[in-house]
Amino acid sequence: MISWRGVFKRFLSDPVAMAAGLVLLVLVLMAALAPLLAPQNPYDLMQLDIMDSEMPPAWKPGGDERFLLGTDSQGRGVLSTIMYGTGISLLIGLGAVVVQGVLGITIGLLAGYKGGWIDAFLMRLADIQLSLSTLMMAIIALALFNAAFDANTYADYAIIMLIVVIGVAEWPKFARTVRSSVLGEKNKEYVDAARVIGLPARRIMWGHILPNTLTPVLVISTIQVAEAIMIEASLSFLGLGMPTDRPSLGSLIRSGFEFIFSGSWWITFYPAIVLVVLVLALNLLGDWLRDVLNPKLRRGDN
Amino acid sequence: MAMLDIRDLHVAFPRGKKDEVEALRGVDLTLEKGERLGVVGESGAGKSMLAFAILNLIAEPGRVSAGRITFHGENLLELSERDIRGIRGNRISMIFQDPMVTLNPVLTIGTQMIETLKAHRRISEAEAHRLCVEKLRLVAIPSAESRMSAYPHELSGGLRQRVVIAIALLTDPELIIADEPTTALDVTIQAEIMALILKLCRENDVALILITHDLGVVAEVTERIMIMYAGKCVEEGPTRTIIETPAHPYTYGLLRALPQNAVRGEKLYQIPGAMPPITALPSGCAYHPRCARATDRCRAEIPALGPEGTACFHPLAPAEAAS
Repeated sequence: MISWRGVFKRFLSDPVAMAAGLVLLVLVLMAALAPLLAPQNPYDLMQLDIMDSEMPPAWKPGGDERFLLGTDSQGRGVLSTIMYGTGISLLIGLGAVVVQGVLGITIGLLAGYKGGWIDAFLMRLADIQLSLSTLMMAIIALALFNAAFDANTYADYAIIMLIVVIGVAEWPKFARTVRSSVLGEKNKEYVDAARVIGLPARRIMWGHILPNTLTPVLVISTIQVAEAIMIEASLSFLGLGMPTDRPSLGSLIRSGFEFIFSGSWWITFYPAIVLVVLVLALNLLGDWLRDVLNPKLRRGDN
Repeated sequence: MAMLDIRDLHVAFPRGKKDEVEALRGVDLTLEKGERLGVVGESGAGKSMLAFAILNLIAEPGRVSAGRITFHGENLLELSERDIRGIRGNRISMIFQDPMVTLNPVLTIGTQMIETLKAHRRISEAEAHRLCVEKLRLVAIPSAESRMSAYPHELSGGLRQRVVIAIALLTDPELIIADEPTTALDVTIQAEIMALILKLCRENDVALILITHDLGVVAEVTERIMIMYAGKCVEEGPTRTIIETPAHPYTYGLLRALPQNAVRGEKLYQIPGAMPPITALPSGCAYHPRCARATDRCRAEIPALGPEGTACFHPLAPAEAAS
């Protein structure tokens, strides 16, 4: 049995996990409170002035104290866009993982518990999905979506589309993890006992087996959030993700990329740093969770 | 008509593409209301298989290949999945061997009990809670109310088995199948749990099928005994008769092997050899390679269970058995 109090204690005694957790907390708070904290609302055209464009960070010559990290080509403060953009990236990352989780857990439970041809069919489906690169799938889907609708419609539904596309493309990871856990659990006697009690298969799967497989699900969820954020950033960088007027971290990096050679490196640099830190923190936390929740790696002190 | 009547039950598992091996090779059993039957045999004799077959829960790819199991005149093997679920855990309950693993580790005792009740009765949460606490009191669990919110790992083995028994009793079943209910417990707790099961069965007129390899336990609790060997019943009869004057050489061997029947200073008796696996059964009587009384007939023919309750061509005479 894993006690959550024990996990929390280990968290407090592990400097890497603490640091990663703290960084993540700061980034999440920054994103959630962006409308209150950000010096400027980058979505409000009234607050933008084209005369402020491409200003360097405040401590450089030519910098303005209103824009701590400088401005981009449209006169938006880089700090403000990062604050809002982190929120969009996190939202897409979490949303995609929820879609992956719902699909993957359902399919994994069914495949693992029912076995036989259902299992074979669903797992071959997962193999096919895995053999198609996520990025390729997403590019095709988003390019079609881009072509089918006008720019305004696209901008309105881009977040939902990204969540669905990344979610659908990555479900096999959840399905495989859940299935293998279910295979380990379903021959345990408490499952026999549940069947002997007369519970229907649906209740045994969701009520009895699933709670016992949540540990690995938690671990991959953390890592998959980071993965989804990376995929979204790649897509946005390719121009298939968030539109530039509602930028995520990826589209910020892209919008600044053209200006690197003209010397305005900060437009790309700061969002990129935030992206790297965010993904790194999530991955470190995921690795830590995997180690802590794996009883085979547990030290004797717990 | 008997409450439970099993006729010529065969359970088979596939071996390769076409072949099958039989785990149960024609078992007959009748049980009256409130009757307590002991099923005794070595590991692999098919005792648990029999229990799972009664609930129609033979694990894939195994199947009941022949026979019939009637419960109050209904053939359980022909019921729909929905109907059999209404019998499982409701009119027939089961208690498993190891209470450490039969309770779901991540759900509270209360959740698991209320869920069982709600699967079979349309009652309110509060009423279900009240009934569960009542049953926990019945199995003598101290501070029953507070145990409802406990997780299985917070209870000792003995307490957990009491919880399992309470779950088995929740729906006031007519038959409880107990599959080695005390094997995994401390010796000091074993007697307590067995006494509890006996008391509850007697008080509520519940029939019991007690599966065990402990003849001592069976002698104390049951009224009849069925001895199983390699998927077949080899001897059947009233407990007292079988314990005192076994007719089948295998039963005789089992009884002689009990430590309390050993002569002081002599080596403990053991039946030579081991039970054959179901994949490699000898011809004729499955027990003949280990039997001192085996003849050519035993090697060629399979003895049927006779009206006197023994499946043997050369049963022991009562005088021989008593010695």
